Amino acid sequence: MAALALSHLGVGEKGRVTSMTLSAPIRQRLMEMGLTVGTECAVIRFAPLGDPMEVRVRGYHLSLRKSEAEGVWIERL
Amino acid sequence: MNPAQTVGTEGETQAGPPTPSSSTQRLALAGNPNCGKSTLFNALTGLQQKVGNYPGVTVEKKEGTFYGNQGQPITVLDLPGTYSLQARSPDEAISRDVLLGRAPGTPCPDLVVAVVDATNLERNLYLVSQLLELGIPTVLALNMLDNAEQAGIVVDPEVLSQSLGIPVFPLVATKRVGMIALRQAISRKDLPPPARCAPMPAALEAEARRIAPFLNAPDTARFSEALLLLGLCESQLQSSLHVSPEVRALILEAQQRLISAGIDPISAAVDARYQWITQICQAAVRGSATHTFTLSDRLDRVLTHRLWGSLAFISAMTLMFLSIFSLAKIPMDWIDAGHTALADWVQSHLPEGDFRSLLVDGVIAGVSGVVIFLPQILTLTFFLGLLEDSGYMARAAFMMDRLMSRVGLHGKSFIPMLSSFACAIPGIMATRTIEQRKDRLVTILVSPLMSCSARLPVYALMIAVLLPDASVFQQSAIMLSMYLLGIGAAFLMALLFKKTLLRSETPVLLMEMPPYRMPSLRDLGLRMKERAWIFLKRAGTVILSLSVLLWALTTYPKPQNPDAKGSEVIAHSFAGRIGKALEPAIRPLGFDWKIGIGLVGSLAAREVFVSTMGIVYNVEKEDNQQSESLRDTMLAEKRADGTPVYTPLVCLGLMVFYVLAMQCLSTLAVVRRETNSWRWPAFQFAYLTLLAYLGAFIIYQGGRLLGWS
Repeated sequence: MAALALSHLGVGEKGRVTSMTLSAPIRQRLMEMGLTVGTECAVIRFAPLGDPMEVRVRGYHLSLRKSEAEGVWIERL
Repeated sequence: MNPAQTVGTEGETQAGPPTPSSSTQRLALAGNPNCGKSTLFNALTGLQQKVGNYPGVTVEKKEGTFYGNQGQPITVLDLPGTYSLQARSPDEAISRDVLLGRAPGTPCPDLVVAVVDATNLERNLYLVSQLLELGIPTVLALNMLDNAEQAGIVVDPEVLSQSLGIPVFPLVATKRVGMIALRQAISRKDLPPPARCAPMPAALEAEARRIAPFLNAPDTARFSEALLLLGLCESQLQSSLHVSPEVRALILEAQQRLISAGIDPISAAVDARYQWITQICQAAVRGSATHTFTLSDRLDRVLTHRLWGSLAFISAMTLMFLSIFSLAKIPMDWIDAGHTALADWVQSHLPEGDFRSLLVDGVIAGVSGVVIFLPQILTLTFFLGLLEDSGYMARAAFMMDRLMSRVGLHGKSFIPMLSSFACAIPGIMATRTIEQRKDRLVTILVSPLMSCSARLPVYALMIAVLLPDASVFQQSAIMLSMYLLGIGAAFLMALLFKKTLLRSETPVLLMEMPPYRMPSLRDLGLRMKERAWIFLKRAGTVILSLSVLLWALTTYPKPQNPDAKGSEVIAHSFAGRIGKALEPAIRPLGFDWKIGIGLVGSLAAREVFVSTMGIVYNVEKEDNQQSESLRDTMLAEKRADGTPVYTPLVCLGLMVFYVLAMQCLSTLAVVRRETNSWRWPAFQFAYLTLLAYLGAFIIYQGGRLLGWS
């Protein structure tokens, strides 16, 4: 399956994290917030101005900017 | 392990491992933000709270007392909410340092109460998995069980307790359900340290054990500290001041060995923890897998909608803003009336003289100048608390983030800046929610550019002098352009600071969007009390002393003639002399020395400009007529060459000066408190005064070049 960035998922779509290409501190914080490799996540919505986005992960909602979501690679579920 | 125990950095006096025999038992509440930790803290301690600062940083230290089952006092420390002990902000660093026993002046707690939100157990248990390694006796407060039940999530406390190796107490802190059992348990002195912790990859654990003996931490916390350090990248290690160069070299070597063994030190511990947590949750939680469509989701459909959400947002902000203006106006009028009555009473009961003048114009005016801010601070604290506790604040930051990130700030900077339209003081106090120090400083530095309500009397007077026969429409248009000028300047300066002096990346936004919850009035009340007290204690004293100083400047030295009029007295005083001394400097702006006196006199508070000009021009106070007669006097004022002083350019320049200038000692006092040094308020005063001078200069000189007057 082709690699896809989390930022390219549409509202309501789901994916599973396969890898991350982000600087070490940001990658670690994202993982600490529960977005580890193998975790499922779903896009809930985008902010009215198009950025940031809200995703559901491990049963709660997390918002992050597209600039970070571009470094979170997923496979579509 | 190294038996010689040197704890922490220089000058610290605290115990290493918990000593059960120490005089007062100390427990700490630790947990993620939004887990109901503060509600539990309030439920345990009630009004027995005090708020201070951790030494050397501006993080608030909330401590309280509750009485154990034998009546013994137990100190409760409410640690700042954090998602991880791997700290990213000053608040999180405090939580880490207290728990690792290296926070100056704060002893390591004897017991940790880990508070978790049962609706969101997996992520909440991440911090718990780190707490278990600290070797401090720990209990789990499984909070918000009512919300979990509504969401169809069932947690088995027995299974959870067995898997985590610590006692678990089911709790609904908002309704005080489960408090008795928790109180009983945390009054005990003989709780054992945690029996389990998350299993780490063997190689990682071996490296952590190898580094542990070299670290500055209590014996029991060294392994935990070693794991945290192994997870840092090189630049983070460089900036960790508590890590010696030798230890840093050891860590970098260990990381290299791990990488060649195929283990990523950045992610290995996080992965191991979450794997352990996932197993525990599979055993202890039922029903979390199916996502039900909750009330929160439905509310968010509207409240973050492109159109309805924006409308709701604008309405909420308008309501808050109007309340600060109108609702707070009522008690402010009472305070003002009380001030006048008290001043009149003193005036009629004391003989005329310096003492009476000091009392009336220095002390009473100073005290009421402090108290007058309370209604606005309380109103804003109430609304901010409502927004925060209901969960809406995260949505506001979510919606505003795009705009704020354009100038390099975080969505969270929006609310303090908006609040500053009412008054910069509560606005600056609201910057505490911003995590990164530099972003918080930038927000503090530009917030006073938002036109606060104290500028209104100045704008009103100057518009009346500029266009005596202006229609309401013209007046509003001028007023609005002053507000817009302030907003524009604030964003420009924020951009400039982010690119130069406080250069840093646009802060990363990784924000939890908590479910909407009903705020507790009790928690809101306690927060308002706390804010009012902080303001009175920390800023009030400075404001009062500066008011007295300013009184002295406008009173001394006195003229020879004891029957001199007010205008002669003020002209002869230090303030008058400063005004005259300033004249060469402000002449390029078209200002004369009388305006100079007004500028000096209104250093304490902008609105004082109007009353100072009243004294300067000898316009007697007759309440309502004062502003009109002052306007007429100012209109009639002529220079030595017979041309009017208040030309349109001077009026506009003066208004622009007040838009940009930092004419508010109270704000400076608060900035001093919030930044813990005089450096930032001094810089802020300097840059804003320079900006104001330039603004007025461009208006006056530019206008004259174009042939206007």
